[in-house]
Amino acid sequence: MPEFSALEVGQVVAEGEFPITRDSLVRYAGASGDFNPIHYRDDVAKQVGLPGVLAHGMLTMGLAIQPVLSWLEDSGEVVDYSVRFTKPVVVPATGEAVVSVVATVAAMDEENSKVRVDLTTTFEGNTVLGKAQAWVKF
Amino acid sequence: MVNPDIQGKRYPRTRPYIVGLEKLREFSAATFGNTAEGFVVPPTFPIAIQEHSLSLVIADPEAGLDFSRVVHGEQRFVYERQLVPGDELTSELEVASVKSLGGNHMVTFNTEIFDKQDKLVCTAISTLVVRGEDA
Repeated sequence: MPEFSALEVGQVVAEGEFPITRDSLVRYAGASGDFNPIHYRDDVAKQVGLPGVLAHGMLTMGLAIQPVLSWLEDSGEVVDYSVRFTKPVVVPATGEAVVSVVATVAAMDEENSKVRVDLTTTFEGNTVLGKAQAWVKF
Repeated sequence: MVNPDIQGKRYPRTRPYIVGLEKLREFSAATFGNTAEGFVVPPTFPIAIQEHSLSLVIADPEAGLDFSRVVHGEQRFVYERQLVPGDELTSELEVASVKSLGGNHMVTFNTEIFDKQDKLVCTAISTLVVRGEDA
């Protein structure tokens, strides 16, 4: 388990790769209650001028924090988590859209035993979440 | 688009939402979480509660929010404490700001989520971009 005192700014603490398929989108729609058809119907996505069926932004936000949760185990908890949705993740009808996440220590708050972890989240080489930051309290 | 006059408007408290263990597990699995023994409550789960407050805005004729033109711009969750299964949560939404930007509107909502003892558990802050008619 990670220890607060052993962390330093710039350290990569966790990474992950997430293959998103149409099945993932259906599963997330059911779990979250977000049934916007742009997340599962090609015809609707096209009709509103999108490049294709998109992953829910909240699915991307939800999976981007997972490497941090796995890394933390029981040693700390996320007390503040924020993102900007900068680019959509287009999910093909067959195959998968792979989203990559690298979690790096960006700031330390010694007084409150808190660490800011920044999540570099990319799809096909582009950043899909801007300013993705999680404050973790140890 | 959206009526700028709703800035500062507060919507009524939602009905209680009871957090279920299996719902958390399902949400965790759907966000690629490790759902083996001792899984972690997904930090983005309060979006499901924010949704109840947001539906009041969507149904409000004064707001005039055209949801078909909405794109999610930003999202943040600030926690006072972690959610636990069995929590009975209500939420209250305030329209923090309505801004105009290059033919689009940006609306920011602050949704406070309270437990049964009326203590603040989490604040969900959501910015939606409402695309203009020409965009």
